[in-house]
Amino acid sequence: MLNNFVMPDLYPAAPEIFLLLMSFLVLFVDLFFGATHRWMAAMLTAVSLLGAALITLVTSDAQPVLTFSGMFIDDMLADFLKLMTYFAVLMMLVYSRQYLVDRGLDKGEFYLLVIYATMGMMIMISAANFITMYLGLELMSLSLYGLVAIDRDSTRGTEAAMKYFVLGALASGLLLYGMSMVYGATGSLELGGVAQALYQGHTEKTVLVFGLVFIVAGIAFKLGLVPFHMWIPDVYHGAPTAVTMFIGSAPKLAAFAMALRLLVYGLLGLAADWQKMLLVMAVLSIGLGNLAAIAQTNIKRMLAYSAISHMGYMVLGLMSGMVAGKIDPFTATNAYSSAMYYTVAYVLMSLGAFGAILLLSRAGYEAENLEDFKGLNKRSPWFAAMMLIMMFSMAGIPFFIGFFAKFAVLLAAIKAGYVTVAVIAVMFSLIGAFYYLRVVKLMYFDAPVDSAPITAGLDVRVLFSLNGIAVAGLGLFPNEVMMLCTTALLRSV
Amino acid sequence: MNQQLLSLAIWVPILGALPVFWAGSDRRCLVRWLALAVAVAGFLVTIPLYTGFDPKIAGMQFVEQSPWIPRFNVQYFLGADGISMPFILLNAFITVMVVLAGWDVIEEKQAQYMGAFLVMSGLMNGIFSALDGVLFYVFFEASLIPMYIIIGVWGGPNRVYAAIKFFLYTLLGSLLMLVALLWLFLESRGSFNILDWHQLQIGMKPQILIFVAFLVSFAVKVPMWPVHTWLPDAHVEAPTGGSVVLAAIALKLGAYGFVRFSLPIVPDAAHYMANFMITLSLIAVVYIGFVALVQTDMKKLIAYSSISHMGFVTLGFFIFNQLGIEGALVQMISHGFVSGAMFLCVGVMYDRVHSRQIADYGGVVHTMPKFAALFIFFAMANSGLPATSGFVGEFMVILGAIKANFWLGFLAATTLILGAAYTLWMIKRVVYGPVGNHHVAEMQDISGREFLFLALLALCVLGMGLYPFPFTEVMHASVDNLLRHVAVSKL
Repeated sequence: MLNNFVMPDLYPAAPEIFLLLMSFLVLFVDLFFGATHRWMAAMLTAVSLLGAALITLVTSDAQPVLTFSGMFIDDMLADFLKLMTYFAVLMMLVYSRQYLVDRGLDKGEFYLLVIYATMGMMIMISAANFITMYLGLELMSLSLYGLVAIDRDSTRGTEAAMKYFVLGALASGLLLYGMSMVYGATGSLELGGVAQALYQGHTEKTVLVFGLVFIVAGIAFKLGLVPFHMWIPDVYHGAPTAVTMFIGSAPKLAAFAMALRLLVYGLLGLAADWQKMLLVMAVLSIGLGNLAAIAQTNIKRMLAYSAISHMGYMVLGLMSGMVAGKIDPFTATNAYSSAMYYTVAYVLMSLGAFGAILLLSRAGYEAENLEDFKGLNKRSPWFAAMMLIMMFSMAGIPFFIGFFAKFAVLLAAIKAGYVTVAVIAVMFSLIGAFYYLRVVKLMYFDAPVDSAPITAGLDVRVLFSLNGIAVAGLGLFPNEVMMLCTTALLRSV
Repeated sequence: MNQQLLSLAIWVPILGALPVFWAGSDRRCLVRWLALAVAVAGFLVTIPLYTGFDPKIAGMQFVEQSPWIPRFNVQYFLGADGISMPFILLNAFITVMVVLAGWDVIEEKQAQYMGAFLVMSGLMNGIFSALDGVLFYVFFEASLIPMYIIIGVWGGPNRVYAAIKFFLYTLLGSLLMLVALLWLFLESRGSFNILDWHQLQIGMKPQILIFVAFLVSFAVKVPMWPVHTWLPDAHVEAPTGGSVVLAAIALKLGAYGFVRFSLPIVPDAAHYMANFMITLSLIAVVYIGFVALVQTDMKKLIAYSSISHMGFVTLGFFIFNQLGIEGALVQMISHGFVSGAMFLCVGVMYDRVHSRQIADYGGVVHTMPKFAALFIFFAMANSGLPATSGFVGEFMVILGAIKANFWLGFLAATTLILGAAYTLWMIKRVVYGPVGNHHVAEMQDISGREFLFLALLALCVLGMGLYPFPFTEVMHASVDNLLRHVAVSKL
């Protein structure tokens, strides 16, 4: 038996392996120095992420490389999304350090779970097989369940974690069920094999479509699309803000990668079917997300519904690859890269918006109600301007990155012939503009309720400023990131 | 240097706003002088646009073209012709007036106030000079942000409602325009160049859909009846400077959009819809004129008068003759001076009495004779008295309308009566008669600063009324070209 074992090429998975080894180090350091030197775990986590980024860059290859018997893929898409993931996680770590210290949450467990969740995302991004995808997904999800409940004394956090766990387990079950059906119909667990089988066409269509429905449901749950969005508001609201920021940023990249790998690289032969499903969910998400966000008084909940609508816009790009029943590689790449650009842009804006909450929070005080943003312009014109940039960017007003993200997906949708859908989408973004405008209104037009000085540390201040400048700067010069997304897609399988 | 004039007109005020923001609101003296310096510099860099302009060329001048977003073939493409160039100057000039008007009236957050107007000015120059669809759209929408802040922070008691209404109303229009722009991009096989779109062949049905999408966007901005309701609210609540910029420049953006987009890109739809547009315009002229008559709030009255005057502009565009379009453009510039001056006058009185109600005044001439003279002069211009700029544009449009159809001209001409009625009646109640109350009795006549900006505007109004040739001269070739272009069917 062992004689047949061929040592897999570990090189393409070097960043994951490095991160795994570093996680042991974090564990040890926390064990021995955790009580006295709490900053060490945080510092080591940041260093491991930077190291992983370096390794990803160094091992980056223009050609896609498969390893572990074709279960794991390292291509430009994976490298790009992984780099974005490290970047988002690093930003989250800097943003939340003070917040965690103030609440006694800066334990080794937090950093360890963050590393494992990040690894899960990386595996999802690099998955070339249903099983790898599922493993990555579970590693990420289980770590996130733990993170939501990291504040043991918070009933709201525990409740959110329970809800997240139960619904997440259900979604995983759906996904697995769907995968097993597709396996039954095509005889392959590998995405390439599935695509091959679909291309040859000797498959049982009914079973396939049945399986597809479950897979799409699983993906929709991770993206938070209506009608699989129920967990988002409660989890965003219940989790400590640092964790909400984490859930609201990097996992979106992983979920996008999952959708792209499963639907485009694996099930492209069924595009006619899944595009319709995505279409319905996109329109519902954009509609419900924007409408429900208006009614919120808690900014975390508001951003949760806003996340739902944003993922709806993103899917608008994802579903526009096929024009009139045919897939033209050029159009398809345009459509998928617009969705990818949207995800990257959204992660940047989302980090900034949650960053503002962390910036205004202090020991024993959570700035999570809309009221807490009142009169921010009087307290700090600079930070108010940065938050104004985030809000207008999310609303899709130029010159900010959010506008160009919407621009790209709308262009893709219109190109695919969905003009009516594009009109509906822009009309709901008008409704959406209202609640973003309300935040600006609170910051600029109203008198402050809370007049305490902003106590956030220099690191958070600088990062938040850089985040705002990035959202504005990448809006003035959007070409580079757009090109990166397109190149990454073109150089992938 | 000659090649970057338009970029300078856009970026000098926007980048100049940064040190103004940075100076902070505590150093008021520094902020004011800095803002004035930037505004004047912004005006000075636009002057070569007029002096270097060749009135014989119908096409674009001062063209700048470089790639901006190659991924979608979006270009940083600027250029001005006889239609857009005067508005860039007007805008830069009005910005100086606004800075002067906010000199010591604005007490709270003056740096942000001045900075917002400078940014706004640069963005609006961008709208007038952009020749790329996306660039135009980006400036068009970004200009909502400073205005939203201006109305909301320094506005009156109901400012929040007015600011949000203003923003959402205008956004509604521009979002549909975005869909139309994207459609045109795909139809023209990957070009956002507006001049390419002018040559693009489009079928009748899509033409009408595009026309409607543009119409919603520009009609809200103009504003045309029945989507005008945001304007009175915005004007009433906005601070004086905000009202001036709204009336003098922002309203022109919609009208400019018609001549830059709707007419040349979809000429057949424009002809097809002309009667509809003329009807809406006449309703604005006549019905809104009557509405203005019954206003008790001075700012509201001028706001309705603006809508009525802008009805004239859209009327001029859709009768498709030289007199009509040129008259409409002259009317736009003249209205920029006159309505701006009217709002400044109301602002001057408001700063003293803190009321905009006509009933709270009376006999202002007894306490503020210098001011009253200027105010009456602008009121005359507003009602279209010959020898003021208000007369030139209206007269040209009426002549053009009579050429097209006598009854059209007849209805349009009622504005001369209605305009005189509501403006002069307001003057009678505010300026003449015995001194109304002790507030009016305590009013001080205008300061040197106030006299300066009102007198400058009065000179412009008078100059344009007596000798409009410098304005019509630059427009002539471009308008001629536009008309010939619109006359050719794209079907």
